[in-house]
Amino acid sequence: MHIVVCIKQVPDSAQIRVHPVTNTIMRQGVPTIINPYDLFALEEALRLRDKFGGEVTVLTMGPPMAEDSLRRALTYGADRAVLLTDRFFAGSDTLATSFALATAIARISEVYGKPEIVFTGKQTIDGDTAQVGPGIAKRLDLLQLTYVSKIGKLDLDGGSIEVERRAEGGVQVLKTRLPVLITMLEGTNDMRRGSMKDALRAARAEVVKWGAKDAGIEDMTKCGLRGSPTVVKRVFAPGGRTDKAEFITFTDKTPIEFGDELVEAIFKRQPAVEDDLIKHAHEFAAY
Amino acid sequence: MTQPPKPAAPAAAGRGNMKAELSDHFKQYKHVWVFIEQERGVVHPVSFELLGEARKLADKLGVEVAGVVCGAPGEATKMAAAEAFCYGADVVYLCEDPVLEHYRNEPYTKAMTDIVNTYKPEILLLGATTLGRDLAGSVATTLATGLTADCTELAVDADKSLGATRPTFGGSLLCTIYTLNYRPQMATIRPRVMAMPPRVDKPIGRIIEHRLDMAEDNIITKVLAFLPDRDSNKSNLAYADVVVAGGMGLGSPENFQLVKRLASTIGAEYGCSRPVVQKGWLTADRQIGQTGKTIRPKLYICAGISGAIQHRVGVEGADMIVAINTDKNAPIFEIAHVGIVADALKVLPALTEAFRRRLSPHNRDKLAS
Ligand SMILES: Cc1cc2nc3c(=O)[nH]c(=O)nc-3n(C[C@H](O)[C@H](O)[C@H](O)COP(=O)(O)OP(=O)(O)OC[C@H]3O[C@@H](n4cnc5c(N)ncnc54)[C@H](O)[C@@H]3O)c2cc1C
Repeated sequence: MHIVVCIKQVPDSAQIRVHPVTNTIMRQGVPTIINPYDLFALEEALRLRDKFGGEVTVLTMGPPMAEDSLRRALTYGADRAVLLTDRFFAGSDTLATSFALATAIARISEVYGKPEIVFTGKQTIDGDTAQVGPGIAKRLDLLQLTYVSKIGKLDLDGGSIEVERRAEGGVQVLKTRLPVLITMLEGTNDMRRGSMKDALRAARAEVVKWGAKDAGIEDMTKCGLRGSPTVVKRVFAPGGRTDKAEFITFTDKTPIEFGDELVEAIFKRQPAVEDDLIKHAHEFAAY
Repeated sequence: MTQPPKPAAPAAAGRGNMKAELSDHFKQYKHVWVFIEQERGVVHPVSFELLGEARKLADKLGVEVAGVVCGAPGEATKMAAAEAFCYGADVVYLCEDPVLEHYRNEPYTKAMTDIVNTYKPEILLLGATTLGRDLAGSVATTLATGLTADCTELAVDADKSLGATRPTFGGSLLCTIYTLNYRPQMATIRPRVMAMPPRVDKPIGRIIEHRLDMAEDNIITKVLAFLPDRDSNKSNLAYADVVVAGGMGLGSPENFQLVKRLASTIGAEYGCSRPVVQKGWLTADRQIGQTGKTIRPKLYICAGISGAIQHRVGVEGADMIVAINTDKNAPIFEIAHVGIVADALKVLPALTEAFRRRLSPHNRDKLAS
């Protein structure tokens, strides 16, 4: 079988700092990583390949340096890596991104074979939209399975798949037809470490690099800023509250005095909470 | 995306001059819509929160608020429609069909896109739930319009376009996004980000029924089963009136007993910061913040939490925040109403005791007499 996994190289947001004066992101020196949510998708794809045979192609759209993330994916065991990179893609929102990726996947199908499954992570840690996966599915007319927590029966001959999907208040068990797009829920597996053999292969492997034209994109107005219906007008740092906190000291009194003072301060500001708590206490005592 | 490694703001400023130029076709798009999320007979509260928000936007625009209700024919779906009026809808678009009994992407996407294409709303809001996000992405792609995910604030500009503000870069910055030249302007909003409007008893108003032409045979995805979460696993954090939370400052998983004890004394839900989940001290459904739950309690007590921006965005809707931290410069004090600079391991038991004394029915009766 053939599986395509879409990954994104993102700045390690734990290390992102905002410039205190200009309110701009200071990217310099911030290391990049594979979007952590995508690793669950990649691992799931590798497991299916190990079980059923076939190939895993990883695909990313990004600047030339996103090749690092693809190489990393190869060390984990992916068979092939495709980098979609072109200045026309700059400034893409979710709609333009899913257009470019979907077109590239269609091209991958022609060149390397039609995938039974396209995987993405649940969302990215820099954009957090969770919309690119559904966008790709719609454009390629794939059945869409989001927030998948478990892949059940996969019947390649019959062309069907069963999955468990996280829904509000429970888990949906769904059965559908291949090919599908799956966005994988986090925490569903642990990324393998990758073998020495894969590490050696990854170091030498060629990453396929496609510009917009190579990927089969003809309509450039659907790419990048021009292809993005949304416009970012303003970027700013979140403001704090203007009134200052009231501080209650602790060490200069007994715990009882302190406790009473704090409870008093809470109830004075929030009388409604006092009523709620008393009601609760009475119900509790009634048991 | 393929951005050169340079600051975000200048790039954004470059696009900021774009002006709305709506085509005549899109000028017909009017009114503010909310997708009413209803499953197994229960409306997700986020839908009512969004009706409250839609009302504010509609009043500014001088237009109507509509709810869109999809579901299987029957009482539950009708009830959802009736409730929408009580939370402020002027109109309800109702699509009843057996294929809509359980949420599935295919029939719901078709229902929504058909209704939008027929009745043309200028704004469409959905809850950023697993259902809402699954649906919104498909609908926006089908309609080829803009979608702003996980918004924390919505506003109408002087030129009547929707400004949707959302956190970006892991919450370190906020950005305001517009869909200038396409309609509808779509946004998803997480539960509890917007305040719940009051429910007012109202008769059922104008209902516009929409027929979905779709046979079950033509829908490929089948729901085999639904496994509800066990109650013991469920935290009701998002909708709790009082929340007590602990962070890494508590030092060990055992010390979370202090948080749980305070919570059970006052009937509160308990939660935590993200690293606590990552350490495995508590389960993920207890996490509060940008990648966890957004809460809006009347009272939020947090101990040993530094107040990183990703945590703050999840708690800023609280009416009152009490923060306990040994570091007087901890950022949590910037948003706290009452601060205690002291060891949480000592403060929590003292506070628990004080609440217990104060709330014991015996003591209250004495106080009252
Ligand atoms: C993309 C992204 C998403 C994130 N999402 C979330 C999220 O949803 N929710 C979230 O919470 N975080 C989130 N984070 C993590 C966030 O940035 C912080 O790292 C985290 O909130 C810090 O947790 P903490 O305050 O418990 O721990 P620390 O930052 O380690 O703070 C511990 C605090 O405890 C205090 N302390 C120490 N000892 C004591 C004591 N004895 N008594 C009282 N106080 C004491 C210290 O002064 C300190 O302020 C996210 C980060 C990223 C990058």
